[in-house]
Amino acid sequence: MLVLLGIGVVVLGFVLRANPLLVVMAAALTTGLAAAWTPEADVQIMYAAALSTLAAFGKAFNDNRYVSIVWFVLLAIGLLERAGLQDRARILISRVKAATVGRVLWVYFVIRQLAAALGLTSLGGHPQMVRPLVAPMAEGAAEAKYGELPDRERFLIRSHAAAADNIALFFGEDIFIAIASILLIKGFLEQSGIIVEPLQLSVWAIPTAIAALAIHSTRLWLLDRRLKRVLAKPEAAQ
Amino acid sequence: MITLAHIYILVGAFFAAVSILSALDATNPRRLSNFLFWGLLATSFLAGAYLGDLGNGLLALGLVIVATVGLGQGKPATTSPEERRESAMKRGNLLFLPALIIPAVALGGTLIAKETDWGARLIDPSQATLISLILGASISVAVAMLWLRPPLIAPLHEARRLLDAVGWAAILPQMLASLGAVFLVAGVGQQVGALFSEYIPGLEESRTLAVVAYCVGMALFTIIMGNAFAAFPVMTAAVGLPFVVVALGGDPARVCAIGMLAGFCGTLMTPMAANFNVVPANLLELPDRKSALNGVIRAQIPTAIPLLIANILLMRFLAFPS
Repeated sequence: MLVLLGIGVVVLGFVLRANPLLVVMAAALTTGLAAAWTPEADVQIMYAAALSTLAAFGKAFNDNRYVSIVWFVLLAIGLLERAGLQDRARILISRVKAATVGRVLWVYFVIRQLAAALGLTSLGGHPQMVRPLVAPMAEGAAEAKYGELPDRERFLIRSHAAAADNIALFFGEDIFIAIASILLIKGFLEQSGIIVEPLQLSVWAIPTAIAALAIHSTRLWLLDRRLKRVLAKPEAAQ
Repeated sequence: MITLAHIYILVGAFFAAVSILSALDATNPRRLSNFLFWGLLATSFLAGAYLGDLGNGLLALGLVIVATVGLGQGKPATTSPEERRESAMKRGNLLFLPALIIPAVALGGTLIAKETDWGARLIDPSQATLISLILGASISVAVAMLWLRPPLIAPLHEARRLLDAVGWAAILPQMLASLGAVFLVAGVGQQVGALFSEYIPGLEESRTLAVVAYCVGMALFTIIMGNAFAAFPVMTAAVGLPFVVVALGGDPARVCAIGMLAGFCGTLMTPMAANFNVVPANLLELPDRKSALNGVIRAQIPTAIPLLIANILLMRFLAFPS
């Protein structure tokens, strides 16, 4: 049971907002020491256990180097950003002509999910897209329809703009074969003696991606209905 | 034939260049930290095979220490916002094309290496996707260089700009995969799995029960830690592999792929995932941005819960091919 202390270290470390790399290393050493501990263990035995845990960690770190090769792609992405890639995406999004909040967010959701599935996770994000573009566009669509917005609905629309970005990203990116989460799974399975190709993993992210699209499309449709119910003026409703 | 060993040399050289450029960047007050961090990572890629297990462990420990002390952000030379807008107007949607070369080559290269004889002689089929990804990125850079004609050093400067923005988080997935290995050696998964089967009778007999336990466990553990990557090695070693895969015949690739996505449903519901759920609440100036269930999280929960159920159903009906 003592080896579960390592999980406790992970949970505690993340709750305390310690540097996650430090948390991981501390959890590994705790686990290794806990596995070696017996009431008779002396300092020398525990020191040897710490070294062998560090060696096991080092071996795994070296075997899993490919998880970090994804950053090489930044050479290409950075070069294109320098030439205005994100600005081009902004121009594309801002040309969307949609009459309702739900449709503005839906178009952004679809573009974001498709781009993430092709590995272009940087074509979006809260500081780059949501705050300067998507949230104002969604608010603008509501204002054009219903006039000045009450605070409650204004903040609801903004929250939905952020949610669309997150959900589209999470359930799009795993379709790309070389995203960190896919390579983490590959690495983990390899430790357990199971060899899988990234492509085998990423195709099984597609059903969930479709489910996310279906569920969130329904939610955005419901959002439009709610805004209409709450904001439409009484005379317009008659 | 191109193997993963060649790719490691190329990627190692890339990190080494970032490290040296970081050391030369006087605008970064912590440039020594950045130099050491990317330099250690470059060493891992270039010489990891010769360092021995303990040497690699000490290298990882060094990365942790430098990251804990703190990295800075450099200011590499780049274009101004006006220049970018102008370039975006001038070049149009063609700008997306070099970016799309990367997934196209990654996919095409994988298929060629696996399906053709000449492809298998060119690219090591056992690591085809990873090799093709790096080839795709290289081709993309070459095309962009020929088309855009920036200074020769520009790709390295731009990559360093983005890499500094990611910071130490760049190696978190690799570190978590390594933690999973230590957990495996120490038998953590078996212990947690024993706890699960004690409290959930029938876990080793019922596919439905095991799938529900794994997916809900992934989501809950992610909510506590704020990170599905951290929850994955623990829950998969505890429930995913021993019960869903080994005892009940689930396909490991499908179980793990969908299990990770069940974890992502948890990410949508937790203030611990600050980057995704707290940062936008601040950026959008939501009045409840300090509360545990801020507007962003409340907007996400009604999608996250049905999607978690969808993942459970998908795993139950897709992950058991026989």
